Amino acid sequence: MAETQLTEAGYLEKTPRVSEWRRFRRVFFSRGVVVFGLVVLVLVLFTAIFAEWLAPYDPYKTGVAKSLAQPSSEHWLGADTLGRDTLSRLIYGSRTALQVGFVSVLISGVIGIPLGMIAGYSGTIVNNLIMRTMDAMMCFPMLLFALVLAAVLGSGIWNVIIALSVATIPGYARVTHGLALSIKENDYILAQKSLGSDNIRTIFRHILPNAFPPLIVLMTMQLGNLILAEAGLSFLGIGIEPPGAAWGAMVNSGYQYLKISPWLSFAPCLAIMLVVFAFNMVGDGLRDALDPKLRGLL
Amino acid sequence: MTTYIIRRILQAVVVLIIVTLMVFFVIRLLPGDPLIIYVAQTAQLQAMPPEMIEELRIQYGLDKPIMVQYVNWIANMFRGDFGESVYYHEDVSALMIERFPVTLHIGGLSLIIGAVFGILVGIITAVRRGKWPDKILTPLTYVGITIPVFFLGILMIYVFGVKFGWLPISGYTSPFENFGLSTRQLIMPVICMSFFSIAANARQMRSSMLEVISQDYVRTAWSKGLTERSVILKHAMKNSLIPVITLVGVGVGILFGGSVLVETIFAIPGVGRLLVSSIFGQDYVVVQAITLVIAVAILVVNLLVDISYGWLDPRIRYG
Repeated sequence: MAETQLTEAGYLEKTPRVSEWRRFRRVFFSRGVVVFGLVVLVLVLFTAIFAEWLAPYDPYKTGVAKSLAQPSSEHWLGADTLGRDTLSRLIYGSRTALQVGFVSVLISGVIGIPLGMIAGYSGTIVNNLIMRTMDAMMCFPMLLFALVLAAVLGSGIWNVIIALSVATIPGYARVTHGLALSIKENDYILAQKSLGSDNIRTIFRHILPNAFPPLIVLMTMQLGNLILAEAGLSFLGIGIEPPGAAWGAMVNSGYQYLKISPWLSFAPCLAIMLVVFAFNMVGDGLRDALDPKLRGLL
Repeated sequence: MTTYIIRRILQAVVVLIIVTLMVFFVIRLLPGDPLIIYVAQTAQLQAMPPEMIEELRIQYGLDKPIMVQYVNWIANMFRGDFGESVYYHEDVSALMIERFPVTLHIGGLSLIIGAVFGILVGIITAVRRGKWPDKILTPLTYVGITIPVFFLGILMIYVFGVKFGWLPISGYTSPFENFGLSTRQLIMPVICMSFFSIAANARQMRSSMLEVISQDYVRTAWSKGLTERSVILKHAMKNSLIPVITLVGVGVGILFGGSVLVETIFAIPGVGRLLVSSIFGQDYVVVQAITLVIAVAILVVNLLVDISYGWLDPRIRYG
């Protein structure tokens, strides 16, 4: 008798956690496009990590093929004016895109989330100071902001990362600010306060974990936007320096030869689109699985 | 309502001051002598005799404390003096008066098309949820928000310009000069610019419409025996439009951001292309002026959006 009670109690205690994870999986994998997005992301990540082994040629070496070579069995996507293998450059370009995306999303998240949290949790003056600055930053279109900032900082991939990170900070701050404002109205926060927990502890132990699901969704979707923005910047000629491979820059240099070799610019364009699409879909799936209430908000 | 408007305007003034500070100081992040903003390239500057540099420094007020320089800069702009372009040797205000209408022409058309078609697509896909119009259009809206602007541009240039030769692939003509040519030149850039807005507006409209049509008052409208047309257009649409209005505010920003790419692709002499060429030409006075004007425009549009939002939805006003 005692044994069954024990197992029953254990069973009852354990169930919610298991089903939570199950529910997440069930919802997340229920949509075909989300699974497709996830597969694409895994493949791109794999490509970026193992670029050295996957690329058939040295992406920086000129003259491995004839200038503007047409696609053939040796060069699947042909070659650019300098005779560099397009496929190899495309593969190495995934590295640039993901590097810029992930690093910028981390930097802007690490700065933007605490800013929004502090603004939402402190008094009027600090709140206004932070949020009005964020409003001011949001008056500049993201691409324009990053463009001017990168131009002032100088070229190079790190300056692009800094420019894009700064340009996306206000987005996090605003969302986190809104979340902090609504979460702190909950009774459990009041309970914490009455137990004597200080602000820092309340923010990090109680508010932040509750703000996590929407922030994860926001970051995933932001990754797509960042990759799109990086492509835009490198299309305009700002960012990675010449021998390096970036998809946007490939589009720009291939674009002049649209008549003879359209795939020179179409291939990197398709790559950008696929990755951005994948991040958006996975973001959508995460949103539905983590917190369906966010639909229409994020 | 009046208190709400006053509060929003005061906030906007604070934001405006921060915007000007940012534009002023970001350009000062440039390495080297700030004189290069007003005069010349670094190399030319190094070749000048020191007395001449000193003289120029006084002429441009760079010998004064930086906050005084900032105030002078603002004061000059209030008088309509945005400085002189290093590259064009022309007043920046004259340059902007020449370029802004082009961008506004294309951007304005794209904004209208984006709003009208976006709302239309949103209504159709929401009302016919799960039916064939939804199945075709909704995936297309996903494509719309993920396709890079330059990809759409290049694709259209390739198909309509290079393959079939139906449309001119670049340039801009004023509609007052040659309306036919102007329209033909505008088709591709406007599609390119509005595609994203159509998709984004449609997605927002669809989700807010879906929410509204499950409300009680819409069910009441149905049960009164009203026609679908009346229920959707009179009862459901009005309320679901509210969230879409904010997107129009965001859309202005996206259009200015997109103009940089679209004007580069289609070789349109607008303000976006001027900004890019000024960045590469290190013509920082122009960069500063354009960035500021765009930011102020976006600030004003967002203020108007917020005010109309408060007017349409009283819950916001008192929130």
